[in-house]
Amino acid sequence: MRREVHVLSDKVKSEIQQLKARYPHPNSALLPALALAQKEHGWLSPEVLEEVAEVMELSPAQVGSVASFYTMFNRRPVGKYLIQVCTNVACSLLGAEHLVEHLKQKLGIGVGETTPDGRFTLLEVECLGSCGTAPVMQINDTYYENLTAEKVDQILAELRSR
Amino acid sequence: MAEPILLRNVGVPDSHTIEVYMQRGGYQALPKALKEYEPAALVDLVKRSGLRGRGGAGFPAGVKWSFLPKGVYPRYLVCNADEGEPGTFKDRVLIEHDPHGLIEGIIISCYACEVNTAFIYIRGEYEFGARRLEQAVQEAYAHGFLGKNILGSGFNLDLIVHRGAGAYICGEETGLLTSLEGDRGHPKLKPPFPASEGLYRKPTVINNVETLFNVPFIVERGAEWYTSMGTEKSPGLKLFCISGHVNKPGVYELPLATPLRTLIYDYAGGPLEGKPIKAIIPGGSSTPMITPENLDVPLDYESLAAIGTMLGSGAVIVIGEGTCIVRTVERLAEFYRHESCGKCIPCREGTDWLYKILHRIEHGAGREEDLPLLLDICSNIGGKSFCPLGDAALGPVRSSIAHFRDEYLQHIRDKRCPYQD
Repeated sequence: MRREVHVLSDKVKSEIQQLKARYPHPNSALLPALALAQKEHGWLSPEVLEEVAEVMELSPAQVGSVASFYTMFNRRPVGKYLIQVCTNVACSLLGAEHLVEHLKQKLGIGVGETTPDGRFTLLEVECLGSCGTAPVMQINDTYYENLTAEKVDQILAELRSR
Repeated sequence: MAEPILLRNVGVPDSHTIEVYMQRGGYQALPKALKEYEPAALVDLVKRSGLRGRGGAGFPAGVKWSFLPKGVYPRYLVCNADEGEPGTFKDRVLIEHDPHGLIEGIIISCYACEVNTAFIYIRGEYEFGARRLEQAVQEAYAHGFLGKNILGSGFNLDLIVHRGAGAYICGEETGLLTSLEGDRGHPKLKPPFPASEGLYRKPTVINNVETLFNVPFIVERGAEWYTSMGTEKSPGLKLFCISGHVNKPGVYELPLATPLRTLIYDYAGGPLEGKPIKAIIPGGSSTPMITPENLDVPLDYESLAAIGTMLGSGAVIVIGEGTCIVRTVERLAEFYRHESCGKCIPCREGTDWLYKILHRIEHGAGREEDLPLLLDICSNIGGKSFCPLGDAALGPVRSSIAHFRDEYLQHIRDKRCPYQD
């Protein structure tokens, strides 16, 4: 028996329908649809993927396959603040790995983990396209550039105070 | 520094708004293009300018446009704003500071190519840039530069900003199209090339941000103005991104064929902390590294090819003395392993194997036979993978072994990285 899922808000479902109409072919709306679903839920649970598939009129397998291909789609819960530190070449040359170690120590978690209070998730990511202002990290949608350990401490303190 | 052209609006307050863009002469090339040129004449103009694609391959843009089959519609234009090549951040600067410059370039290019629906595929991480683009697109619609009957010309164009979701392979043109069609960003076999069978299996033009950004200037100032800069085969201005161990990293606008030394010392302020330069990656992470003996090489397609490397996207990464080359190449191999889409075996397995060998060398478990093994794996990826990602992974490995073999051997013989405490 098919499980009934009602996880996407009507607003998001409506936005996905609008996206489908916007493109010459409705399947093109899948990436933005997944992005909308993730924005609403923070991550793409199997239930969310199933419902996106329903609205997109695609198979859950196809939607799951696409969601698992792209690194920006979270397949498990993440913290309120998703900290993504670039450790690719330009950032690495300017000490990004030291910043990762610093963050691990300050947050008390490893890479890929979330703090017990659910506030911070720490990830290493590939090039963020900010090599001229390396080292850099992205927290949710915001870039933090020309980082030092001191700047990282200030940013964490500011986020903790929110 | 000469008068900036491509970067003329960067740093100007509110340069991303249509008001400021128009106050500074923006949207002047568009009416000129629509009134003074037939589409075919515009294609010819861009051909005569010699504008080469700025995404990495350097293929002449006008020639690419002329490959569109006659009489087949609809046809599409896709602006490649995926910009995932490590070291490259020029398109981001244009998008964030001058989105209307890009939009005007897209509109004129679509008119030339008889396209009525265009897309900007922007990498998902560029949230700020994407928002600015979306805002600018709305402004362009409101001013009648997009939509139906643009400026009374009878030309219609819709422009959609489409965000990616974090996959380097989507910068490869067929991977980008597959992604835009709502699938995994797997590349497609060529031929057919996108010009004849691209998005939704229709004729499609794909150009980089910087390429399209050049078009309004060529319309305004003419092909001869453009060919008066750079060299005969590499005309025009180019945005160079410079990063790594330099004092003033950033984006600089220079004529093609400017010497590498000029970029590093005169513009980027020379090496960081005055340390000697050990190596330079001249065109984005996939381009073979060179050594300071080549500092006087002109930064153009032919001159860099002549010394065994590439201009690529124009992203110069400077590596100073005191940096472990094996560690740097291991990190790049990790990137290509991570970003391999997995579609073909040579790339999927080969990039993983390269990384594992480099990792063990860096961590003291390397073997003498690892160097010929690395080169052998490179030979079995090069030219044998489905798309250029496989070849891209080889540049750092092959070039570093050619230039720094002794450093690799030192790691292997001493069973440790000499740069680790």
